[in-house]
Amino acid sequence: MANRFALFFGLAILLLLVATALLASTIAPHSPAEQNLEQDLLSTSKEHPLGTDKLGRDVLSRILYGARVSVLVGLSTVIISLLLGFVIGSVSGYFGGFLDQLLMRLVDVLMAFPGMLLAIAFTAVLGPGLHHVILALCLIGWTGYARLVRGEILALREKEFVHAAQALGGGPARVITLHMLPNLLPPLLIQSTFGMAGAIIAEGSLSFLGLGVQPPTPSWGSMLSEGRQFLLVAPHLTTYPGLAVMMTVLGLNLVGDGLRDLLEKKGK
Amino acid sequence: MNRYLARRLLLFLPTLFGTLTLVFFLIHLVPGDPVEVMLGETASGTDKETLRHELGLDLPLWTQYTRFLSGLALGDLGRSLYEQDSVSRLVRARFPATLELTLTAMLLALLIAFPLGIIAALKRHSWTDRLSLLFSLLGLSMPNFWLGPLLIIVFSIELGWLPVSGRGTLAHLILPSATLGMAMAAILIRMIRSALLDVLHEDYIQTARAKGLSEQKVWLKHALRNSLLSVVTIIGLQFGTLLAGSIITETIFTWPGLGRLTIQAIQTRDYPLVQGCILVIATSYLLVNLMTDIVYRLVDPRITYGK
Repeated sequence: MANRFALFFGLAILLLLVATALLASTIAPHSPAEQNLEQDLLSTSKEHPLGTDKLGRDVLSRILYGARVSVLVGLSTVIISLLLGFVIGSVSGYFGGFLDQLLMRLVDVLMAFPGMLLAIAFTAVLGPGLHHVILALCLIGWTGYARLVRGEILALREKEFVHAAQALGGGPARVITLHMLPNLLPPLLIQSTFGMAGAIIAEGSLSFLGLGVQPPTPSWGSMLSEGRQFLLVAPHLTTYPGLAVMMTVLGLNLVGDGLRDLLEKKGK
Repeated sequence: MNRYLARRLLLFLPTLFGTLTLVFFLIHLVPGDPVEVMLGETASGTDKETLRHELGLDLPLWTQYTRFLSGLALGDLGRSLYEQDSVSRLVRARFPATLELTLTAMLLALLIAFPLGIIAALKRHSWTDRLSLLFSLLGLSMPNFWLGPLLIIVFSIELGWLPVSGRGTLAHLILPSATLGMAMAAILIRMIRSALLDVLHEDYIQTARAKGLSEQKVWLKHALRNSLLSVVTIIGLQFGTLLAGSIITETIFTWPGLGRLTIQAIQTRDYPLVQGCILVIATSYLLVNLMTDIVYRLVDPRITYGK
């Protein structure tokens, strides 16, 4: 019961996040780039419910628009990594042999790095910017999915229904997508949820370090980075964007945990 | 055991080689000319050519790669473009600070996670269990680039108990290590709890109880000891995450370690230094993973890893 409540609570947070990202331009009280140097570093007021930053921009509006960056990075990283990981993992697991060895050694090398370090290295090479962040996160993100898919396909390859599909003349693409994929969906769904949380934190970390989304685009990580210079006089610049990241990641973690409990119980 | 060690080392070497190669080509694929970055766009063509030759950047990529590998074998990571010093020396000077921070963060994580994980398992479904899991969930959801500034606001600015930044005393170490260690503590609480709960259903626990051992002895001598195995692996794997996380934590607290050096090097486009820092962090991670595997093997004699 408690687990189900946590799952729904997590889903509610995620729905709120997506709605915020979609409706940011309608619900934001100000433009995220609108500057007013006479009203810089203000704390909470009726006009600016979460205060203003060093350029007098409305913090609430920037947080609402920042949701777009997080949703965009999270979703695109997960979708691209998942597709890439699925194709590579399927080929590796289904065909085996030299190709499998080669692909898995590549995965080993990429996984031998702490993910965040590799993301920092990639963005240092590619340069800052939203697209480069997504590319860097996909370059490291696909490995986890590839390993998971390969493992599952290796196990499924020996199942009777797969042999039957092959005996009926099903080619590799057909057998993998029509017969094996449905069995892969639950673990992939769980991993994607945690993967999205990881991508949002990674984007925030990169933007915080100045390697991610660049001004004036509002991103929670870069807002925190700017706010760090004003901890003494304007702690709200740090508190609210961070709270937004935490709530989003909390929502994803709750959904991930809930799905795992639900799907694993079903599996048993 | 010797055979296992040899086999594990044989597996380690190609991964290390792959890592070194990836880092080299990654850094050398950087768009833009490091020589132009160093001398500025207005420098003359002759000056640029001279510097390019001095740095060996006019050589074919393959020759640069073999030079890089032979330099590495001698412990030479090249020269920093700006610091007028060797990368090895710069990295060596900063590494102890990162190690100090990482190890303290790990210690702190263990000190938090063990009591909370054990209590959570002992009193399953109680409010203490739920509180521990909530703490773990929040720790996992709280990015360190937010936790660090929050701790500074509370403990340095509002309460004035701890310094905002720098290194030197124990007081300087508390906030950075708490920031860095929180996520690891959160993961370990869950791991310890579930490992203990798994072990409790084993036959040897029933046997220990049946022969009249006190509940305390059953937990400490049998359950905890056996559940430690899975925890050892997580601790090893988390070390790499801590090393990478130190880049952010060191930036927040201006901690003079390898992580901050990496970011400074990226900001100034000091590519040999970026390459050196990333190599050292990645190699440390690989070595810790190797040691974790070996310790795991020593702790549990049942693991044979094939003939």
